[in-house]
Amino acid sequence: MVGTAIKNREAELNTFRSRALFCGACVLLAFMVLAGRMIYLQVIKREYYHTLAEANRISVVPVVPNRGLILDRNGEVLAANYSAYTLEVMPARVPNMEKALDDLATIVDIQPRDRRRFKRLMEESKNFESLPIRNRLSEEEVARFAVNRYRFPGFDIQARLFRNYPHGDVASHAIGYIGRINDAEVKKIEAAGLASKYKGTEHIGKLGVEGSYEAELHGITGSKQVEIDAAGRAIRSLSTSAPRAGNNLTLTLDIKLQRVVEDVFGDRRGAFVALDPRNGEILALVSKPGFDPGLFIDGIDPQNWDLLNTSIDKPLLNRALRGAYPPGSTLKPFLALAALESGKRTPSQGISDAGFFALPGVAHRWNDDKKGGHGWVDMYKSIVESCDTYYYQLAAETDIDKTADFLRLIGFGAKTGIDIDGEVEGILPSKAWKEKRFARAAADARKWYLGDSISAGIGQGYNAFTPMQLAHGVAALANQGIAYRPRLLKAVTDSGSGARRDMDAVIDGKLGVNPQNLEVIRRSLEGVVKEGTSARVFTNAGYISAGKTGTAQVFGLKGEKYVESRVAERLRDHAWYIAYAPAENPTIALAVLVENGGFGATAAAPIARAAFDYHLLGKQPDPKLIQAFRKNAEEPD
Amino acid sequence: MLKNLINSIFDTATRRFDGPLTVALIVLAALSMTVVFSASGGVTFDRSMGQLRNFGVALVAMWIVANIPPQQLMRLAIPIYVAGLALLIGVAFFGELRNGARRWLHIGIIVIQPSEIMKIGVPLLLAWFFHRKEEGLALKDYAIAGLMLVIPVYLVIKQPDLGTAIMIFASGFFVIFLAGLSWKIILGGVIAGAAALPFAWPMLHDYQRQRVLTLLDPMQDPLGAGYHIIQSTIAIGSGGILGKGWLNGSQAQLDFIPERSTDFILAVFGEEFGLVGNLLLFTLYLIVIGRGLMIALNAPTTFSRLLAGAVTLTFFTYAFVNIGMVSGILPVVGVPLPLISYGGTAILSLLVGIGILMSISTHKQLVST
Repeated sequence: MVGTAIKNREAELNTFRSRALFCGACVLLAFMVLAGRMIYLQVIKREYYHTLAEANRISVVPVVPNRGLILDRNGEVLAANYSAYTLEVMPARVPNMEKALDDLATIVDIQPRDRRRFKRLMEESKNFESLPIRNRLSEEEVARFAVNRYRFPGFDIQARLFRNYPHGDVASHAIGYIGRINDAEVKKIEAAGLASKYKGTEHIGKLGVEGSYEAELHGITGSKQVEIDAAGRAIRSLSTSAPRAGNNLTLTLDIKLQRVVEDVFGDRRGAFVALDPRNGEILALVSKPGFDPGLFIDGIDPQNWDLLNTSIDKPLLNRALRGAYPPGSTLKPFLALAALESGKRTPSQGISDAGFFALPGVAHRWNDDKKGGHGWVDMYKSIVESCDTYYYQLAAETDIDKTADFLRLIGFGAKTGIDIDGEVEGILPSKAWKEKRFARAAADARKWYLGDSISAGIGQGYNAFTPMQLAHGVAALANQGIAYRPRLLKAVTDSGSGARRDMDAVIDGKLGVNPQNLEVIRRSLEGVVKEGTSARVFTNAGYISAGKTGTAQVFGLKGEKYVESRVAERLRDHAWYIAYAPAENPTIALAVLVENGGFGATAAAPIARAAFDYHLLGKQPDPKLIQAFRKNAEEPD
Repeated sequence: MLKNLINSIFDTATRRFDGPLTVALIVLAALSMTVVFSASGGVTFDRSMGQLRNFGVALVAMWIVANIPPQQLMRLAIPIYVAGLALLIGVAFFGELRNGARRWLHIGIIVIQPSEIMKIGVPLLLAWFFHRKEEGLALKDYAIAGLMLVIPVYLVIKQPDLGTAIMIFASGFFVIFLAGLSWKIILGGVIAGAAALPFAWPMLHDYQRQRVLTLLDPMQDPLGAGYHIIQSTIAIGSGGILGKGWLNGSQAQLDFIPERSTDFILAVFGEEFGLVGNLLLFTLYLIVIGRGLMIALNAPTTFSRLLAGAVTLTFFTYAFVNIGMVSGILPVVGVPLPLISYGGTAILSLLVGIGILMSISTHKQLVST
């Protein structure tokens, strides 16, 4: 027994020894493999990995150029930049964002509004993007965060440039705004091959001059070689190629005139376009209500966004370019000119107006505004007193297509070619237009009727034009039939050389009308101001102007959402006024539209007067006029 | 008199310390704090001091274990194993879920990770088991041993914690292997394992499968799963022969290496100390492993032989798996670099193992056979 036990023990010991030695050999072999691997990595492939490590360490980061400034024609700053600190976060690096934000709120002031906006940004952005939570941190907040930074991985303070619009909502539609680049814009930038130019850029012009002159304003992105850590945080900068700031834009706008007009508009809705008939420079481009462009800079918060979008007042709609309204009586001078040119009328040829127009064999009567009629009406009186019957008759005798051809010369029914985007064409009714418009309707709905011509004959019916088109049209009358393409850009100042490049005035239409005919119309328009529908508004003006009132009936509220309580107000007529001054050698031509303003003479013409008074005489409007159309003025505080 | 007293106290305190192991250990600990300092940014001493504390606590535990004679250790085998198993089952039912894994258990005021206990409990029990079967081993004994090994391994895999499961399996397998498990069975097991691979593959967790795929082609997902391997091989490779110098590793200092003070600390070490540093580290490990195997070969009883051998080879496995994974030849599993990586638990269990080696090496004269 003992012998076998010893023998077993001996055998067991031998087994163990051989196994242990085997293991020892394996260990040695294993470490030789590891050492071999290390020699492979650190000796043979050293150069390769060294290169990779250098590439890892040094990164080229874009340096975003300063955006160009926007100035008005007198050098007043409309859009500028300022530098401020933002608190930003890369969401991918924060596992529990809600908690992190709660903690952060104890250090930096974070309003519910900031949170909502940030949430919206998160939904729209990639996970590895750095997103702003708070802008414009105070020095104290920056310091407090810096001390606590270690508690917030993924969060960092960045110095960023911000856009500033010193005039707030004044001229907001003309200047536009910048906002964060969205997915659609990223695709557009990539398609245009500008991806590298936009590296590091977070904002892009969205509307107005900011949007349409993005290429001028953006500048050229620079680059900086920096040593970075894996989080992309720059540790130190190694070399820099400086960015080139965007070019400064000088606009044709006169911001003071713009402000006068917006003040006088008060809280009314509408549009106003004033331009220099001699070269197409737009002096004021108003669409009311406006909006605060500053809201968009870092992603608008959902509440404000909804407010802007769902408001029945449509503050984001640029009414001057995108609102198409029936021109009403403001179309009459153009129709009269067409009649003179075609020979359908002579200036002295007249009608006897009994207060209505009727067609033989048709029961329907087209009424004039004035009960009992205007009596004997020639062309001058038809414009000065805005006699409808005269134009019913004219329309009944004229082929609508002939009228349309003439109006097209003046630019109606087509984009005026203003240098910011978004303009609509409006509707210039013709037989072909109706055929196309109702292509899917029954044959008799596609047909052009005489009744269509008659209502179109006083600027109603299918007619729908933008305030921009009316301003452009009246400017052509003011400038001897020569129309210039309206533009907002006066000059570009190169950020590098400082050289100023003035934009050329572009003639976009010569009416080619008989100067005598034009003279008849111009005298008539002066008559409107002297003894006609707007005479009262322009008493003691101190200059002679020419104009035409218009009152457009509102049918149907095209595309508008109905709000019961406001329907009554919204069914009121639109008030128009088109004008130019001084009557000889005009320097300003304008079109005013007040939505649901009522009579053109009472609602729209005073706005034109205020604009002329300022532009020609430097006179500020009567404060009473400014207060008259402010809702808050009526309510005690 | 006083001198004698001091001498005797010193002697009592140090007589269980094994010379070569102690020296290697001190060098490794110093190295560890140096690299941890660099890996934690090279500015604050927080982590280095934390690591010093980890070593302090673990050294005390090692000293206590070294002073327990192997016979006493043998008596602890069953209680430790049973307690560990009970806690593992407890984890499966009441464990605390962190990062999608159930590894921790609240007992009273402290939170423990029972799988760590099994790293010692399994080899202890198996060594005791084979010690009792000294007189001759039948096939069924191996089967029983296999069962004692597989149960805790299974529970740990389920947590899931593949890294720890591998270490527990390795520690138990080494005991069985050293006890003389027939080569035929081992070969059969390897073949069966290879054959089972296609069936085991769908049972792995997504992230585990991803790790294996990543090893085969790290560039497939360079910013995701492949990131660890790519960045750590870049770090090591760019270190070259002499390294970039302490605190000068751009990969490490610029935050490119994830988990750079724990599992991936070798990348920092290799980048800053180069091939020379790596070979020095390998040498230190070889000293520990070689000394451990010597202790095992000279151990007087089957229990101490098997235990010493298993503990030593487990130490080796730690080193091999970690170095292999950081240098990109093994899949990424959560195994720290022994005695270098920051972390108290791993250092504690490793030093308890070394304490066992020291106990075996210094108590042999008291055991008469």
